[in-house]
Amino acid sequence: MSASIILQVQGVGKRFGGLQALFDINLELPEGQILGLIGPNGAGKTTLFNAINGVYPPDSGRVTFRGRDITGLPPYGVARLGLARTHQIVRPLNELTVRENVMAGACFGRMDYGLSDAAREADQVMALVGLTPRAGQLAASLNVAQKKRLELARALAAQPYLLLLDEVLAGLNPTEIAEMVQTIRAIRDRGITIFMIEHVMHAVMNVSDRVIVLDYGEQIAEGTPAEVAANPKVIEAYLGDPKLAERLRISDDGPRSEAERG
Amino acid sequence: MNLLRQPGFWLTVLLVLAGGLLAPITQSATVRESMFLVLMFVALASSLNIILGYTGYVSFGHIVFFGLGGYVGFYFLSQQSWSLAPAALMGGLAAALLALLLGLSILRLRGAYFALATIGINEAMRALITNLKIFGGPTGMSLHFSVYQEYGGATQALWITYFAMFGLALVVVVLSFVVKKSKFGLGLVSIREDEDAAMVMGVRAPRAKTWSFVLSAVIPGIIGTLFFFKNGNIEPGDAFRLHLSIETIVMVMLGGQGTVLGPVLGAAGYERLRGFLLTNPTFKDLQLAFAGLALLIIVLFVPAGVVGWLRTRLPRLRRVLE
Repeated sequence: MSASIILQVQGVGKRFGGLQALFDINLELPEGQILGLIGPNGAGKTTLFNAINGVYPPDSGRVTFRGRDITGLPPYGVARLGLARTHQIVRPLNELTVRENVMAGACFGRMDYGLSDAAREADQVMALVGLTPRAGQLAASLNVAQKKRLELARALAAQPYLLLLDEVLAGLNPTEIAEMVQTIRAIRDRGITIFMIEHVMHAVMNVSDRVIVLDYGEQIAEGTPAEVAANPKVIEAYLGDPKLAERLRISDDGPRSEAERG
Repeated sequence: MNLLRQPGFWLTVLLVLAGGLLAPITQSATVRESMFLVLMFVALASSLNIILGYTGYVSFGHIVFFGLGGYVGFYFLSQQSWSLAPAALMGGLAAALLALLLGLSILRLRGAYFALATIGINEAMRALITNLKIFGGPTGMSLHFSVYQEYGGATQALWITYFAMFGLALVVVVLSFVVKKSKFGLGLVSIREDEDAAMVMGVRAPRAKTWSFVLSAVIPGIIGTLFFFKNGNIEPGDAFRLHLSIETIVMVMLGGQGTVLGPVLGAAGYERLRGFLLTNPTFKDLQLAFAGLALLIIVLFVPAGVVGWLRTRLPRLRRVLE
């Protein structure tokens, strides 16, 4: 797969009143990869997604998607260019059936399908994410895991080039997580680039090609999952205590100094 | 066409047809007058349903389109001596234009703010027209009786208006169905369910909302012209009756917002009930109190209305009860 850059974020910042939610974020996402975005609660992960897909226009910086400047486009403009996303807190269209939800994703996304093509696409995507048995049910009647799948199906039905996944694993049990990780891999194998926010560490470290870490709106680390996991700044951000981080590293690598153990 | 194979489409259309044909079959003026009102409310409620039921925006002052359309159409009838059809089209056009302008400005408001803004617009329009000389100011305008001669006399004119209203009611019902089953309709319902999520999916919400508002305004504008042509005169107090707006909302909610059949049943049911209350000596001043009470009960206990309730209770009938 060619390594052309599908998404480029340059110097993006966002402020809400007195809170600087994002400082000078820079990243590049090569086509066909899975990029993980991690960080403690309130680090600005979802805000970064919102700045990318136009929910909040960034105060500064530029977002380029497939060579096109999309900074400040409304969310529907971004969606129609082939950038789909899911929401951390699921947002099903409750009074519609599962199938209609997925069809809506197909109708208004990149392909701009008519209803009958959208129905065909919806059936395929529902099969991929395992929602076919629920197709005729109202979206409101699904359980959380199924709603997460619905979010994913709706985004996928648009046949996006890039998919932003906002905590699709949160609230799932271990079996469901394993299934969802499988599904995410299957999506990547279809040629869709993925940028995912995730708190379930073993899953995101396992599935991502690269990982970016945010803390208090700042980008504190970037690299392969192994590099990021070993980065003291990251450990500090998660655990809050540099000494503790030091100690954990030692217990991982085996004792290096007797003094540190006490 | 796909539409013609839908049982739900036929049920609704046949209901309107059956009701509308009652008057010509019986040749009774009484039946004609009461069915005229029923058909008018069917068309008004179904129009309102496009913005209220499909798109999820409560247009509280929707009667402004009826009033403005009535005024503009009446102006062309009485001052410019146009005949009914082109005058009514001008009425519809004026209403659509107003909706377009409003759509671009106030449809960005959500929830209660939008509802409040629409009430304000109805009141502002009433005040504006009351002060407009060309529309006759506070006393309004009236048609000379001789105008009806052009249509073969007053009785004939009443029948013509009746059939025009009948045709309009059918058009609105078909339009409601087409919109509901279209991609445009899917976009509207997505906006109703979650506007932000819909935009993230790619629904061009500002544009879709504006068109749905225009679509829901154009027929009330035409109806306004028909109504006041039949009435013979128009004045601000009659054209911009806010309580008529509220009663139309009751009809939509009673029958089932967001369904095609609901507003038809709701309008017919409420109109018949209203007729009974108005002619009953005990209740004759309580008709609006009843409307308020009905709205309260619906919102509290059956927010989906009669058709919505039946759809959840009897899932097998879903294909029929659209």
